[in-house]
Amino acid sequence: MSLLLENVRRAYRNPDGTVLPVLNIERYELGQGEQAALVGASGGGKTTLLNVVSGILTPHSGRVIVSGTDISRLPEVVRDRFRAEKIGFVFQTFNLLPGLTALENVLLGMTFSRSRPDRAFAESLLERVGLKDRRHHRPGRLSVGEQQRVSVARALANRPALLLADEPTANVDPANQDLILHLIRDTCREHQVTLLMVTHAMEVAEQFERVDRLQDFNHPQIASEATA
Amino acid sequence: MSLISIAWKSIRQRGLASALTALSVALGVMMMVVVLVISGAVDAAFNQRTIAYDLIVGHQRGGELALVLSAVYRVQPASENLPYLYYLQLREDRRVVSAVPLAFGDVTQEGHFPLVGTTDEYFRNDYTPGRKFRIRGKRMSHHFDAIIGAEVARRNNWDIGSQFTIVHGGADGTHVHDEKFTVVAVMERTGTPNDRTVFVNIEGFYAIAGHETPLNEVEQRLKNFYASDPERLKTALAQIAAAREQEAAEAAHDHHHHHAIPDAAKEVTAILIRTRPDALFDPINLSAELREGYQAMAVNPMKPIRQIMNQLVGSVKQGLMVLTAMIILVSGVSIFVSIYNSMSDRRREIGIMRALGARRTSVFGIILMESVVLCVGGGLLGWLAGHGLAVAAAPYVTARTGLLLDPWTVDTLEFVLFPVLLLLASAVGFLPAMTAYRTDVADALSG
Repeated sequence: MSLLLENVRRAYRNPDGTVLPVLNIERYELGQGEQAALVGASGGGKTTLLNVVSGILTPHSGRVIVSGTDISRLPEVVRDRFRAEKIGFVFQTFNLLPGLTALENVLLGMTFSRSRPDRAFAESLLERVGLKDRRHHRPGRLSVGEQQRVSVARALANRPALLLADEPTANVDPANQDLILHLIRDTCREHQVTLLMVTHAMEVAEQFERVDRLQDFNHPQIASEATA
Repeated sequence: MSLISIAWKSIRQRGLASALTALSVALGVMMMVVVLVISGAVDAAFNQRTIAYDLIVGHQRGGELALVLSAVYRVQPASENLPYLYYLQLREDRRVVSAVPLAFGDVTQEGHFPLVGTTDEYFRNDYTPGRKFRIRGKRMSHHFDAIIGAEVARRNNWDIGSQFTIVHGGADGTHVHDEKFTVVAVMERTGTPNDRTVFVNIEGFYAIAGHETPLNEVEQRLKNFYASDPERLKTALAQIAAAREQEAAEAAHDHHHHHAIPDAAKEVTAILIRTRPDALFDPINLSAELREGYQAMAVNPMKPIRQIMNQLVGSVKQGLMVLTAMIILVSGVSIFVSIYNSMSDRRREIGIMRALGARRTSVFGIILMESVVLCVGGGLLGWLAGHGLAVAAAPYVTARTGLLLDPWTVDTLEFVLFPVLLLLASAVGFLPAMTAYRTDVADALSG
């Protein structure tokens, strides 16, 4: 088992003091190397779910087990280290650091783990995403599609067990959407990485063998009623 | 990638703002270094110029500081002179190894350099311990021979054989003496007021028309000076009486030929004294005796020099140091403003790094390092620029002022400078670093 969520609840507090439940998941799991598309409407809790799975946010209750470790029980410092070593991130807006070259952005994905940055591996990842010749270019000099390919390479730089992708094709032109999606899926398959991609676009999700609808297993309103 | 290289790349990303803030620190530090180098040179010069002689003897009227300023620095005329006989008397004192008379009051017509009448002994002695005058030319053998300082030679374009006239009584004097002096030797640069001085044979100084004091006035001065030593007074007055008789005889015969001035009628402005090197108390004893017996005083040159240093140069230095410290402080604040303003733009970057596994302390460290790199890097640049400027300016400053700059002398304050800059960087970087530390990752990524 690569990912298991059990009785995970997470809510936000509104400015007026009221509580807004966002996640209430009884059980959700992904097997080792499995690839799943998680579909949900905008504002439906997809990004919160990814933040909880990655340890950026902690659930108010429940367990989040990644590669056998319940990260919801870990202190923040250990969670950060766990994320640096076991989890890769592909963001909707790429989130490359503008002051770093493509290669340096990929190396950044290795910087915060305990292992030494592997420049050769970072270069091989850039070669894999077709950007070997542009490795010394900064994001500002790369096209949108190229930037997202760099962010895919960066997400794999720490040899993660789990890759989380948050609407990775939403900001990419249609011509590049399929390219990016195949790149993510193929490289995850090559490196035996479990992939969880959230999207609101059904046509993107349908390219996955496994498509989960967030609304099918996330019932925040029940939590809300229970709280009430 | 290390955290420091991330910090460095972030600084480069904001190139112009970073360069300007580092530059402001660099300018502050550069000014501080220049102030330290110059004040170090002034300090060394003040110390160096005074230690070749143990005592400076002058008239009791006029303070110690005025005596040193006139005898050593030649920047202020002495108020009253001493009898030449007194110089001869001191020269015979068993405790005195060397006594050198100085007589002055005139300046050169060209360049207004001070004229000092003295003896050859002045040039045989070290001008500072272990350093002898290096003189090109010959010794003063005639009355109107002169040895000139390096700066006088340079400014007036004089060399051996050059002739010049002098003006009576300071730069604003209008009476030009008839006598023409001839340069017989030129001194090498010493980095002391000697460079800006014209030395003439003391006998020539007395021979200048108008330099002789009326005998009645001389007589009165001798009576005052030797009030407690009737024996010497008697000898001196006898010389004056003889001179008066000779004057009267010349007047009767209507003769106007030049005649030798009696020693009793001569005066000196100051006497430089060297005591026996192994007798530590000689200067103290001698100084005490002089005060009690005659209207003279002996000054240890170190004391008033320290006074000048502390009162004048010290406070100027202190003022400049405060000014430069404030510039550095303001530069520190500008670093704070630069980093702090960039924090809202960089919130997302911090969120990204945190999402990639950076700990709070790591992003805190990156921001603090930026502050340190800007502050200490700017400081290092300023330090190099300050010493570089001193290297470039040294020949010019030496030529203009006679100060010997040692551009690479490191003041003890400079050793404190970098720890202080490090502290400043930590202080100004702390708040932005804390902002980074407290960044809510989920918020930063969604914003």
